[in-house]
Amino acid sequence: MNGFDFAQLALYFVLLLTLGYFLGKYMAFVYQKEAGSGFLPLRLMENLTYKCAGLNPHVDMTWIEYSRSLMGFSLVSFIFLYALQRMQNILPLNPEHLQAVSPDSAFNTTVSFISNTNWQGYSGEATLSYLSQMLGLTVQNFVSAAVGMAVLVALIRGIIRHQSDGIGNFWSDLVRSIIHILMPLSVILSLLLISQGTIQNFSPYIEYKPLEVHNAQEVSQKLAMGPVASQVSIKQLGTNGGGFFNVNSCHPYENPSPISNLCELLAILLIPVGLCFTFGFMVNNLKEGLTMLIAMSSIFFVFLILALWAEFCQNPTLSLASNMEGKETRFGIVNSVLWSVCTTAASNGSVNCMHDSLTPLGGLAPMVLMQLGEVIYGGVGSGLYGMLVFALVTVFVAGLMVGRTPEYLGKKVEAFEMKMSSMILLVPPFVVLIGTALAVSCDAGRSSVFNSGVHGFSEILYAFSSAGNNNGSAFAGLNANTPFYNYALGTAMFIARYWLALPVLAIAGSLAKKKQIPVSSGTIPTTGILFTSFLVCIVLIVGSLTFIPALALGPIVEHLQMIYGAK
Amino acid sequence: MKSDSKGGNLFQPEIMKQAAIDAFIKLDPRVQIRNPVMFVVEVGSILTTLIYFVSLGGEKEANSNFVLSISLWLWFTLLSANFSEAMAEGRGKAQAKSLRETRKDLKANKIESIDPKAKVTSVSASSLRIGDLVIVQAQEIIPCDGDVIDGIASVDESAITGESAPVIRESGGDRSSVTGGTKVLSDWLIVKITVNPGETFIEQMIALVEGAKRQKTPNEIALNILLAAFTLIFLVVTTTLFAFSKYSVEINAQGQVISITVLVALLVCLIPTTIGGLLSAIGIAGMDRLIRSNVIAMSGRAVEAAGDVDMLLLDKTGTITLGARQASAFIPSAQTTEHELADAAQLASLADETPEGRSIVVLAKEKHGIRDRNIHDLEATFVAFSAVTRMSGVNLNGSEIRKGSVDAIEEYVKPERVPPEILEAANKVAKEGATPLLVARNQQVLGVIKLKDIVKGGIKERFADLRAMGIKTVMITGDNPITAAAIAAEAGVDDYLAQATPEGKLKLIKENQAGGRLVAMTGDGTNDAPALAQADVAVVMNSGTQAAKEAGNMIDLDSSPTKLIEIVQIGKQLLMTRGALTTFSIANDVAKYFAIIPAAFATTYPVLNKLNVMNLSSPESAILSAVIFNALVILGLLPIALRGVKYRPVSAELLLRDNILIYGLGGLIVPFIGIKLIDILISGFKV
Repeated sequence: MNGFDFAQLALYFVLLLTLGYFLGKYMAFVYQKEAGSGFLPLRLMENLTYKCAGLNPHVDMTWIEYSRSLMGFSLVSFIFLYALQRMQNILPLNPEHLQAVSPDSAFNTTVSFISNTNWQGYSGEATLSYLSQMLGLTVQNFVSAAVGMAVLVALIRGIIRHQSDGIGNFWSDLVRSIIHILMPLSVILSLLLISQGTIQNFSPYIEYKPLEVHNAQEVSQKLAMGPVASQVSIKQLGTNGGGFFNVNSCHPYENPSPISNLCELLAILLIPVGLCFTFGFMVNNLKEGLTMLIAMSSIFFVFLILALWAEFCQNPTLSLASNMEGKETRFGIVNSVLWSVCTTAASNGSVNCMHDSLTPLGGLAPMVLMQLGEVIYGGVGSGLYGMLVFALVTVFVAGLMVGRTPEYLGKKVEAFEMKMSSMILLVPPFVVLIGTALAVSCDAGRSSVFNSGVHGFSEILYAFSSAGNNNGSAFAGLNANTPFYNYALGTAMFIARYWLALPVLAIAGSLAKKKQIPVSSGTIPTTGILFTSFLVCIVLIVGSLTFIPALALGPIVEHLQMIYGAK
Repeated sequence: MKSDSKGGNLFQPEIMKQAAIDAFIKLDPRVQIRNPVMFVVEVGSILTTLIYFVSLGGEKEANSNFVLSISLWLWFTLLSANFSEAMAEGRGKAQAKSLRETRKDLKANKIESIDPKAKVTSVSASSLRIGDLVIVQAQEIIPCDGDVIDGIASVDESAITGESAPVIRESGGDRSSVTGGTKVLSDWLIVKITVNPGETFIEQMIALVEGAKRQKTPNEIALNILLAAFTLIFLVVTTTLFAFSKYSVEINAQGQVISITVLVALLVCLIPTTIGGLLSAIGIAGMDRLIRSNVIAMSGRAVEAAGDVDMLLLDKTGTITLGARQASAFIPSAQTTEHELADAAQLASLADETPEGRSIVVLAKEKHGIRDRNIHDLEATFVAFSAVTRMSGVNLNGSEIRKGSVDAIEEYVKPERVPPEILEAANKVAKEGATPLLVARNQQVLGVIKLKDIVKGGIKERFADLRAMGIKTVMITGDNPITAAAIAAEAGVDDYLAQATPEGKLKLIKENQAGGRLVAMTGDGTNDAPALAQADVAVVMNSGTQAAKEAGNMIDLDSSPTKLIEIVQIGKQLLMTRGALTTFSIANDVAKYFAIIPAAFATTYPVLNKLNVMNLSSPESAILSAVIFNALVILGLLPIALRGVKYRPVSAELLLRDNILIYGLGGLIVPFIGIKLIDILISGFKV
């Protein structure tokens, strides 16, 4: 790495934190205000939405009502998106006359997009019509992100309120997240991307003859077109990650220049970082939000450094100075590695390089970041609510160690919260490990593996880590568009999303009912170095203890074999 | 009970012997299922034993001797956990035994009514029901808990309190409750029975010390859920590992699939057996520590709540100041001489048996040479202190002499008739932290008696400790606000409630609870009962009334006002011990992975031996060492579980830092050393 590389990294983090702070402040404003308030044009749109949908945004919901609205909304989204894909052949905006999507792939894609995972088993430009992309996927890119933000806001309200039954109104949180936050941001980002050359059109695909001649035969190829910029901007902002094109942000029409690369990189982490500040503003103690941010960032840097080191390290087998395989020369190692770490830290999943071609440890970093439960920044909303659950477990253990029933921000953490937190901790290992075990035990699972040897195992583990934590990033090298993987990964994504969100809402409901306990010197401080490092240790230990054996048989053994030879 | 309890030796041979036997009895799966962590170990032990016997028949999945050693050590792990629990219970059982002796075949003299001519029938103590009346003569044992309704007697309560000095029990007032199993030494008592058989104090105590009645406390339940979740996670980790191993062997075309024995060994090492095995021992030992400090808790919940209290209500008298106030000066009004005041004060106090009253008489004699007079010779009538008038005094030859607090006398003589210089003098006395008593004769205020409060030595430091722990102390006193403020400042309490009434106390508790605080208080009188029932932790003196005892959730057999502070520490220690060992247990897993993972896949991926950082001699000895360490660490930590983690009165932050360093970091490092040492021993034996 040279000075220019360091300068790029520094610029990235300075911009991220500055923009995150202001956005966080604005989001706190959005969530603290009544439904139907805010900037005039947005306010009008918001009120119009309630009127058209016949919703009352002013009712204070209990956690059960909130969950019911959330699940009902997700069910409607599921049916709509599934039907849209199955019928795209008879619907308009399909200039390439693409076929209806197969049932298993449509199921997988539907769950994937409503759960904010955006795992793509299919190849976008060859499978989906413009209508499916825009009305189906792009809409879900907005609403699935907004659902995550809504759950987080409900949890924060649970912490702030006391002796209250309600945790807010789902519809108001959902609509306000979309109209006041996601839409304005994605319009700005789309315009920025278009200025850099990202395409935005409805043209049919362009046929061209390549200069290369294949088997002494001239062939004609097609250049995919489409409304790319609008989908790319929300895919990054909403930690969705589902690309318009199969190769995602490696494609020049999605990510044409270093400036567009920087903008997209910022967009990946912007809202998750901003929400940490929002949390701080909403609980009226910015330090609490900073604690979350610092805890996340310290784990992030550990893995960023590990991945950079691994990619820049000399490969003894090939005697290469660094690993450029699978990377765009436009972006180089630093921007590729930074992207791979950001996209897996936040549950984004978009790529600008081939993760399958990373060195074993370079690939281990993204994998572990997902396996930790997507709490290192994580998905919009879902990352911070996951981290807050870890904070509850941390204060519980810490509280025991100082001989006091633990409390977090004035709320006692008791058996019910621990029961729900335990359910949340169980999800990633259950889904990821059981899914991987199933896949390696049956022919349907094994036959999709292109690479022989240890790397094949890493690929399957990566796929389930990604689906089981709602990331959506793919290692590739694995043909996942088979009925087995479509259904298995689809189920994994479904469980990972809702098994997490519902217990979080239950915790929110339970916390809201409790009394606020005044702070004294007997209270464990939930800011500062001590708490932050303990939180980091709990996240790492709980996360890593579960996956060490699997990692040892995958990337770790790959790395050792690369260094010391296969035997 | 007190006599043998403070011995401090945790490991008495007879208890250890019994515990060793109990350890085997507790292997019953019906007992184990209550503890999910240890139940998993038991299933693992049975499984490996079966594999061993199958392997003898030739069906080998691993070396028979290796399977046998793993199996035996797994059984040993289970026995260690059982032994720990039995050790904790054993101490209680020994105490229960001695308590039982007190209630063997008791006979009771039941009477029909309080009438002296009523018929007396001799019945068995166990047939007594609530409302029955019994008469207890000197040298007889009181058959059951109850209230004295007639008579006065000295009672030996050493059977429950360990205190050999007899106490007085009489009808009415705050000394009317008696406990079954205690002995009347002189005179007689008529007792109205207040509990049914099976609910008596001694029976409750027996159940408590035996651990039979022990319910899991809220925090323990929460911890159990977390431990069960970890156990489930590791169950999934190990079962899926079998599939991964099988796949790895196939793609790599070498080595053997991981054996069931190794998987079971890995599982047992990973699940939190250390804390799982010691959890109930910690709970029982915590209760036991409380009993040894002569406090009986009615529920485990109360003990845990004691660790959480934010606020202590402490009575000034006896807790913060020495029991008695001493008269130190007479300050007369402008129209009176000091001698005249002293004379009136002495007369008013002649029949007053309180230490304050006595000190007035003594001061009058020392300073003014006024001799002690007999109240009967003077043909005076004594007016006793009542809660309504808050005054006492005498009626003598048609004149009324009264002494009482400033407001009581103000009310008595009408406020405008109190001379301003008296009020000034009283204020001055109060500001010095002393208590002014006004003396009045025939509605005429004569002057002020200065009663000095003496703050206990060392109490200020204790309050500073409590403050560091985040506990607010509130002094409760009947004194006026000015006096209270002066004493509060001298003693270093955070706040005070002056001119406290039962309603005032209740209101204070309710207000603080509404603000999210947990409140603890000590009390003994019947008028404390509403406040005691409202407080989260309510310690009642054993000398207190039955009503107070029913309202409280702990009984202090020593009747010591400062016991509350000790109880808080015991409650905290109980939680801390659990937390420390949980952290230790989880942190241990890191080293165990380094021991087992390279060993388990040695045949498939020999290159993984690079992770064998402890350089263990062989795959088999590596796995065995981890299992042995896991079993031994339970026994190694048993003394900490029984004694409790050391508690220091410092802020939560400092405590957390120290405990993370000791049990978190220690938990990471210790197993690396332990496993390595065991490996050296094992491989040494083989060579």
